[in-house]
Amino acid sequence: MKIGTPKETFEGEARVAMTPASARDLQKLGHECVIETGAGAAAGFSNADYKEAGVEVVKTAAALWKAADVVAKVRAPSDAEVKRLRDGQTLISFFNPAGNTDLMEASARKGSTVIAMDMVPRISRAQKMDALSSMANIAGYRAVIEAGNNFGRFFTGQVTAAGKVPPAKVLVVGAGVAGLAAIGTSTSLGAITYAFDVRPEVAEQVESMGAEFVFLDFDEEQQDGSATGGYAAVSSPEFTAAQLAKFRELAPDMDIVITTALIPNREAPELWTEDMVKSMKPGSVIVDLAAEKGGNCKLTVMDEKIVTDNGVTIIGYTDFPSRMAAQASTLYATNIRHMMADLTPEKDGVINHDMEDDVIRGATITHKKEVTFPPPPPKIAAIAAAPKKEAPKELTAEEKRAAEVEAFKQETRNQVTMLAIGGALILAVGLVAPASFMQHFIVFVLAVFVGFQVIWGVAHSLHTPLMAVTNAISSIIILGALMQIGSGSFLVVLLAALSIFMAGINIFGGFLVTRRMLAMFQKS
Amino acid sequence: MDFGFTTAAYVVAAVLFILSLGGLSGQESAKRAVWYGIVGMGLAVIATLLGPGEGRWLLSLVLILGGGFVGYVVAQRVQMTEMPQLVAAMHSLVGLAAVFVGFNAHLELVRVLAMDEVMRKSLEGFAALLAKKDGVEIAILRVELFLGVFIGAVTFTGSVIAYGKLAGKVDTAATKLPGGHMLNAGAAGLSLICLIWYFNSGGFFPLFIMTLAALFIGYHLIMGIGGADMPVVVSMLNSYSGWAAAAIGFSLGNDLLIVVGALVGSSGAILSYIMCKAMNRSFISVILGGFGGPAGEQMAVEGEQIAIEADGVAATLNEADSVIIIPGYGMAVAQAQQGVAELVRKLRAQGKNVRFAIHPVAGRLPGHMNVLLAEAKVPYDIVMEMDEINDDFPSTDVAIVIGSNDIVNPAAQEDPNSPIAGMPVLECWKAKQVFVSKRGQGTGYSGIENPLFFKENTRMFYGDAKASLDKLLPMID
Repeated sequence: MKIGTPKETFEGEARVAMTPASARDLQKLGHECVIETGAGAAAGFSNADYKEAGVEVVKTAAALWKAADVVAKVRAPSDAEVKRLRDGQTLISFFNPAGNTDLMEASARKGSTVIAMDMVPRISRAQKMDALSSMANIAGYRAVIEAGNNFGRFFTGQVTAAGKVPPAKVLVVGAGVAGLAAIGTSTSLGAITYAFDVRPEVAEQVESMGAEFVFLDFDEEQQDGSATGGYAAVSSPEFTAAQLAKFRELAPDMDIVITTALIPNREAPELWTEDMVKSMKPGSVIVDLAAEKGGNCKLTVMDEKIVTDNGVTIIGYTDFPSRMAAQASTLYATNIRHMMADLTPEKDGVINHDMEDDVIRGATITHKKEVTFPPPPPKIAAIAAAPKKEAPKELTAEEKRAAEVEAFKQETRNQVTMLAIGGALILAVGLVAPASFMQHFIVFVLAVFVGFQVIWGVAHSLHTPLMAVTNAISSIIILGALMQIGSGSFLVVLLAALSIFMAGINIFGGFLVTRRMLAMFQKS
Repeated sequence: MDFGFTTAAYVVAAVLFILSLGGLSGQESAKRAVWYGIVGMGLAVIATLLGPGEGRWLLSLVLILGGGFVGYVVAQRVQMTEMPQLVAAMHSLVGLAAVFVGFNAHLELVRVLAMDEVMRKSLEGFAALLAKKDGVEIAILRVELFLGVFIGAVTFTGSVIAYGKLAGKVDTAATKLPGGHMLNAGAAGLSLICLIWYFNSGGFFPLFIMTLAALFIGYHLIMGIGGADMPVVVSMLNSYSGWAAAAIGFSLGNDLLIVVGALVGSSGAILSYIMCKAMNRSFISVILGGFGGPAGEQMAVEGEQIAIEADGVAATLNEADSVIIIPGYGMAVAQAQQGVAELVRKLRAQGKNVRFAIHPVAGRLPGHMNVLLAEAKVPYDIVMEMDEINDDFPSTDVAIVIGSNDIVNPAAQEDPNSPIAGMPVLECWKAKQVFVSKRGQGTGYSGIENPLFFKENTRMFYGDAKASLDKLLPMID
């Protein structure tokens, strides 16, 4: 299959959906790559770079749309681009299908398959193609950088010869991917960072990034984000009120506010009201990452930077990823490459559009002349279910009791049988053996008994020292040799002497090595 | 000196030995317990030198000190990874000493029986003891010393072979001479015939034949047992050396020998039992060597082994909160315990929860891993037994498997046809991420494929464990 990437037609869009690196990987999947001349220029990838990576460079957009079986791009297609779609062609791009119904229907009529990168389900397996997250990450980082650019002071507090500088205070509203990226950037620049999110379970993530989570004094059960696939949902009016009250309290102290609150397929909620802006110090900066959806602050003007009467800068850019085109293109191209890898499972350059696959089904919005949006809920829950496993049969109390009684009876039976056999054997020995033997035999049996009782208590970790000790003390055989060395022939003396020597090695070696080992065991 | 004094000293020594073994129930009390053992031994030897072993006591003392010097040097020099070899070598000495003492008892018996009443009265020491025995007692004595020599001889060659295998001087694979267990059975039968012959004749020849047969049994039995079963073999030989001492104790009429022999014998027997239980195998099947054939088609392993480099491991470790390390024989072979300990120190310094999970049969000696980790100064309270830690894997971020294989094989639980089915294993695959440090793609000792290596959350960190850790350590910060 031929995968093609045209130059983005949206004004100011600098990103590109294919990089020389991703093209090389795509070719490993058995695909050919083609790109429109100059498509990567704004992101810093020249035609020569692409050619070197084995990508065919075509002169015009028309030629590219004609040549490619799969068109990968960043922004949703324009009307003109939709017209260029043909039957059987696949388009991969951001789409916002809920807001672009007409475009989606037009694409379906053309018979093309459209995969919307913003519809990739949020399951673990699909993280590698989650372009929304990779773009949000960049947006969060860039938001802090833009804020710093417009903020007249340091982020970090300093005590210098020329006076003391207080650290900047940054509030991040919404701790999604963008919010967390913003928190990370802000804390690493040295600012005191606060963060808020309607999902209390992210407090831990926020704190792990070095920010302080702003808790509300609110009793009602706060929503559980995992029920909505990890995204925020609409809050109750009481909750919103409590939230605004908290923000009002914080506003005069904050130097930089970054709002990232978005609810899927809805207008952005108003979180930073006009009076909060008014209460902020002059020179403060607000970066509204929700500007595209109307903004979390109503004063925000989309794609523009404004300064209010009281000197607060409000940034409403929507093209943060595009402002870091090289980085954004690299990540996005990798997301696309992973999507292609899932579409070509055999790595033979043949696309197998498997509508049974949760990820592919979820992201596909038109297929075979039909609109397939919205997708059915994924078969796999967002948080991976435990592997299927037969639950052990729950025993009832009576059954347990019965089993215990049975085990006890069994144990008693075993013990009694053993004792009976052992006793009978000893009696049988006693019948034939002389008394002098039986005296020793009693000692032997008792010693075995004591041995069994004692050894069960030895800690597992001390089994090696136990062996070394038993080794040393089994050299007690030296006593036999000592008794014999004094009497008898030369041969007896020789053998006894050898035994004493060997036992001597064992006694000293065994005890010393045990002491060495035990000395090493130490508590922390 | 009076006989009563010797017996009293023996009683004290026996009590000290029991306390010495009992003290091993905890790391701290063990340090005291070993002194009980040393004092007990010293007391027993001195009492014997002063009492029944009076003759040639100077020679005895010189020999003990000479042996002691050798033992001291060996004990100071031995590497902790060589512990299994050392223990096996020391068992062989006990076995050989038992054979010699048994022979001596026989020689003395023959000499005493050849004397007339007058001469017997003038005997001293051990011979005097023999002289007092009547007919039945002498018959029993023969059986006892015969048994002592038999067990001692089996222990001797068995331990020598075990030493060779553990030290890598003999091929560790299970090998048998043609004829297999029939040869062992034949040798055992021959020994039994010799026993009856000896019982009736009292000549040296049957004793000698039996010794040869027993030496062969010891050699052939252990040759037929593979490397991974060595923990059982070593503890079994430990047990034998105890029984040999007990049998000799009977023939010499020495209660202390009997008591200590019984203690050591039962200790070794329990250790063998624990090891067998940990492998879910019967004692018989271990002794007869090798794994039984699979009961049916084994599950095919699907997926591929995914390799990872040191930087990937380091990145994950730096992010993890809880880590469990599962060491195995591979760690001992690569002498990697210092590197592992260093890794643990670094991770713990970052406030991570790092623990060790030790399978009962990890390594080649019961408790082998504990000793190696202790040598590397890993605190023992983070070293856990299998039962203590197995339930914690699901809540663990990273499990690191270093040089172990069968003890982390999920097939033991998942595949009823696997040769190791039912063996308790460390369920490390339940951790969020598993790293396996392994030399190559080969299978473990048992030759069984390990599905763990193919699991989605497993990454293979190929290479010699020590070299891998050396690469990894600088990246942990």
